[in-house]
Amino acid sequence: MRYEAPETLDTAVALLAGARGDARVLAGGTDLLVQMRYDILDPELIVDIKRIPEIRAVTEEGGGWRIGAAVTGAELKEHAALGRAWPGVVEAANLIGSTQVQGRATLGGNLCNGSPAADSVPALIAAGAIASVAGPRGRRDVPVEDVMIGPRKLSLERGELVVSFLLPPRAKGSGDAYLRFIPRTEMDIAVVGAGVSLTADGAGTITRARVSLGAVAEKVLLVPGAAQAIVGSRLDRAAQGRLEAAARAACRPIDDKRGTVEFRIDVAGVLTRRAALIALERARAR
Amino acid sequence: MAKHHVTATVNGDAVEFLCETEETLLDVLRDTLHLTGSKEGCSSGDCGACSVTLDGRLVCSCLVLGCEVAGRSIETIEGMATGETLHPLQRKFLEHAALQCGICTPGFLVASKALLERDPDPTETEIRYWLAGNLCRCTGYDKIIKAVMDAAAEMRTS
Repeated sequence: MRYEAPETLDTAVALLAGARGDARVLAGGTDLLVQMRYDILDPELIVDIKRIPEIRAVTEEGGGWRIGAAVTGAELKEHAALGRAWPGVVEAANLIGSTQVQGRATLGGNLCNGSPAADSVPALIAAGAIASVAGPRGRRDVPVEDVMIGPRKLSLERGELVVSFLLPPRAKGSGDAYLRFIPRTEMDIAVVGAGVSLTADGAGTITRARVSLGAVAEKVLLVPGAAQAIVGSRLDRAAQGRLEAAARAACRPIDDKRGTVEFRIDVAGVLTRRAALIALERARAR
Repeated sequence: MAKHHVTATVNGDAVEFLCETEETLLDVLRDTLHLTGSKEGCSSGDCGACSVTLDGRLVCSCLVLGCEVAGRSIETIEGMATGETLHPLQRKFLEHAALQCGICTPGFLVASKALLERDPDPTETEIRYWLAGNLCRCTGYDKIIKAVMDAAAEMRTS
């Protein structure tokens, strides 16, 4: 098994594209090393991307924020300005694993691990985050909801890797939130996750919204119907009911040891409503 | 495939070692550098017995490759006492009987030290959340939490 730690993006792409067998990107390693340990993966090449400066940076860009794919959860938590702009994204990232895991786990890894239950992904999708992808044919921008196509399956081509995420500029009166259900308070895999980002006008009427659900389908879903259910409303009880129904209608979950189909669908509605209420409260406070 | 030649800093000392790609930092610490204080519990990042700091950041050494740490600084349980003088956390763990079998103890100590370096006055809840990634099957945790709170109080006044 080869290990490379390139210092430039071009070298990383060339290594990934030129690998003879399975090549894996190493960011925080909290999924990759476990999967290697359990013989789920046995790559020919590991490309550690953490020595590439832009993959490790958080920078302001055009009024929004660009977050390197290998910035850790602990670093996101310590970034006060990012936490004020996008509290839901930071909270979602910080829900993953223990303090030790937060010291390593990354947004890029959480997305590219390809789990429908990844906690940070619904928050990123709700935020309208755009992944910047580098590959043998250059750079391209991909909305986060289009990166994952199924469990362990990504739309990335051979040699491509996620470099960073761009979170758009925040309009006045905007807020976001992410909630997940797990059977205990810490360190478990989401049974359902719900991310909501919205903007409200001075009267408290929602003018824009994005809703995303995790762990209720083969991939993390963007749910336009749920957003439409609350745009134009002040999230009164009727709008909350429409939101719950639209969220549930989008679910196509599986039964597994963590939750049944019925339970997941029901909880998806509840969490979406609660996340929307938190997002609106945050929007009003800004 | 030739082994990787890695230079790093462990507990303030420059070290050099050879490792295979598959070897974790925990493997290197225990089997190559013979620093066996970091324990192997789960090897999957769930138990925290292998906790160390990497450039000051608390991590599970079972989830870091040995070759990743080139040029980086690692602190392990072996660097915690000063000669024969125990760190206040180590002393308080003994006073409060915050250990039984002892396998989890190095990880708890390293993790608690990392917490108190960031926050010298954490609440009980904050300590419990910070240490949620360190599993102990003996103590029931209460004695550990009390030892950390007592050590924090002593360190604030000293």
